[in-house]
Amino acid sequence: MNLGPHADFIFASYAVTVFVIAALVGWVVLDYAAQRRVLGDLEERGVTRRSQRKGDA
Amino acid sequence: MAVIDLANPTRFINFVNRALPWFAAATAIAFAFGLVLTMNAPDDYQQGATVKIMYIHVPTAWLSMMCWGVMSVAALGTLVWRHPLADVAGKAAAPIGTAFTFICLITGSLWGRPTWGTYWVWDARLTSMLVLFLLYLGMLALYWTAEDPGRGSRAAAILALVGAINIPIIKFSVEYWNTLHQPASLFRKGGSAIDPSILWPLLIMALAFTLLFFTLHFAAMRNEILRRRVRTMQMMQAQELAGAQT
Repeated sequence: MNLGPHADFIFASYAVTVFVIAALVGWVVLDYAAQRRVLGDLEERGVTRRSQRKGDA
Repeated sequence: MAVIDLANPTRFINFVNRALPWFAAATAIAFAFGLVLTMNAPDDYQQGATVKIMYIHVPTAWLSMMCWGVMSVAALGTLVWRHPLADVAGKAAAPIGTAFTFICLITGSLWGRPTWGTYWVWDARLTSMLVLFLLYLGMLALYWTAEDPGRGSRAAAILALVGAINIPIIKFSVEYWNTLHQPASLFRKGGSAIDPSILWPLLIMALAFTLLFFTLHFAAMRNEILRRRVRTMQMMQAQELAGAQT
């Protein structure tokens, strides 16, 4: 594939897009793992939400 | 399950847990298909191979505006019905819209240099897109720095509705003002001006970016619901500890 004299601009555009989307996906995945971990810690210490308490009763 | 049932955060999380792998797979397939079409698409008769930048610039431009539309609808849900999931939807959409607008501005600038001879001009289209980016940064600041999340959410919802005025300005800027940016080539009177050999890769890439938006938005909404649960549980734990000490 010949991208002509402006290949650098095309590569830079796709590189920026890949980098930003990878950062976005990474943020969403890591944030999910972090929230799950903190929720797990709280539940291990016996902290429950009110709705769960009603369910237990 | 009716759509209205998804307004319940727990049901919404269950829906996301089931639907997310399918959305992620559809996004990956659409991108693979779109990128193959993009690589094999012909060069433009005037711009040459730089037209390949269009396949990411145009979809991200569309989605940056669509994302603000999603936040505006969510803002109505926050202000009028005070529904917590509407606020979650608005907050989760803000970083994604910021990222898409950033990509649109950078790729547009990189496309402009070989096509127009300049990275940037202060014409109506480029300036209104920059304003959209700044509005997104304002949304992020309101959502993520407010001490009281409720107050921050209401302020962000008002900004979303006020900022929605900018969307038609962006859309019609190339028609009402004399701009360096080209006028609409696809959604215009008389139909598309783009040859099908370039149009189809563009539409498939637009579909891929749209699927990516919904995949990320659903995942970010799930994270936000979990973050609010963590906050509630931490506050309850703090109250219980304070009660035990007194």
